[in-house]
Amino acid sequence: MADDSLFEFLHMEIVSHIFNEQQSSKGELDNKDRAACISLLEAMGFRVGQGLIERLTRDTPSFKDELDIMKFICKDFWTKVFRRQVDNLRTNHQGTYVLQDNKFSLLSQFSGGKQYLDQAPKYLAFSCGVVRGALSNLGLESVVTAEVSIMPSCKCPIHDFYSYVQDCGFFLQLQIEKEISDFFLTDDLNRT
Amino acid sequence: MSRQSNRTTDSKKMNSELFTLTYGALVTQLCKDYENDEEVNKQLDKMGYNIGVRLIEDFLARSSIGRCQDFRETADVIAKVAFKMYLGITPSVTNWSPGGDEFSLILENNPLADFVELPDNHSTLIYSNLLCGVLRGALEMVQMAVDVKFSQDSLRGDNVTEIRMKFIKRIEENLPAGEE
Repeated sequence: MADDSLFEFLHMEIVSHIFNEQQSSKGELDNKDRAACISLLEAMGFRVGQGLIERLTRDTPSFKDELDIMKFICKDFWTKVFRRQVDNLRTNHQGTYVLQDNKFSLLSQFSGGKQYLDQAPKYLAFSCGVVRGALSNLGLESVVTAEVSIMPSCKCPIHDFYSYVQDCGFFLQLQIEKEISDFFLTDDLNRT
Repeated sequence: MSRQSNRTTDSKKMNSELFTLTYGALVTQLCKDYENDEEVNKQLDKMGYNIGVRLIEDFLARSSIGRCQDFRETADVIAKVAFKMYLGITPSVTNWSPGGDEFSLILENNPLADFVELPDNHSTLIYSNLLCGVLRGALEMVQMAVDVKFSQDSLRGDNVTEIRMKFIKRIEENLPAGEE
């Protein structure tokens, strides 16, 4: 139905709007304001992720364990939301996962090189929220952070993991905090 | 009330839901940020405009449609090509004014409003107002000033969703001084 590019346009405009609104009322944005904007974007993504995962897992059987859930996120969920599979998944088997996407769709519009790298967090916050929301509705409370590195073939240490980055390396790090007990999957999507 | 969908989830539908849910999150956020519906409507229109001025390039690149000769052709392109390409629906073009400068797009279903129900305290909210801004912004980039608004909205109880588009004037291309 709706074209992929529509979401990308909308996402860009949402980011722009939220930052401009803050800027117009406060003048220069300090780090606290920036963090507030990013939190807001993340929270929006959270709601969307919750809704999406409910739609996606309506007919799938329940997951065996945490790793099973992560594989689902990397394959099915990532494909449905970001139009490709995660390139690399690493874990320390103690709740930390690093997902690597070399051609992250929401960053494809960025110019190559490091010039705008510091702007990247604005455009990643929503996606982090989407993943966190999805995990939340699958019973996993998590902290999701993202990193971008746009350098050909370099080694990037992330908490004891080394990965080779090609193209635009987008790293999503998830720390599973705990399993949420007593949660119910609603099959009714009744929210704006 | 929520509409249960019987469709199997394939990637196109899922991306549609990503867009629909994101749009819903946006409207919800705007309703929190601004006190009244009028202001939210304005913001949606403004954001739509910003999207429209960029979307038109994407559209022209992907559709290879040439310049439209008149407003009627524009209407057809909007309904049959643009809406189809971006929202997967083909609204009908009707209710032409006698002067040929105003028409309606009738949408049987509105993808932006899937799963949406307006609460009672937001009866003046034009939920899909982003669309008006998008159309206005896109057309301005091809030298047409138009007025776009919703005249019927299924979210507010009407049978169909109707967008009324009125041609205001052709925008002259501004050339920098000193150039032919």
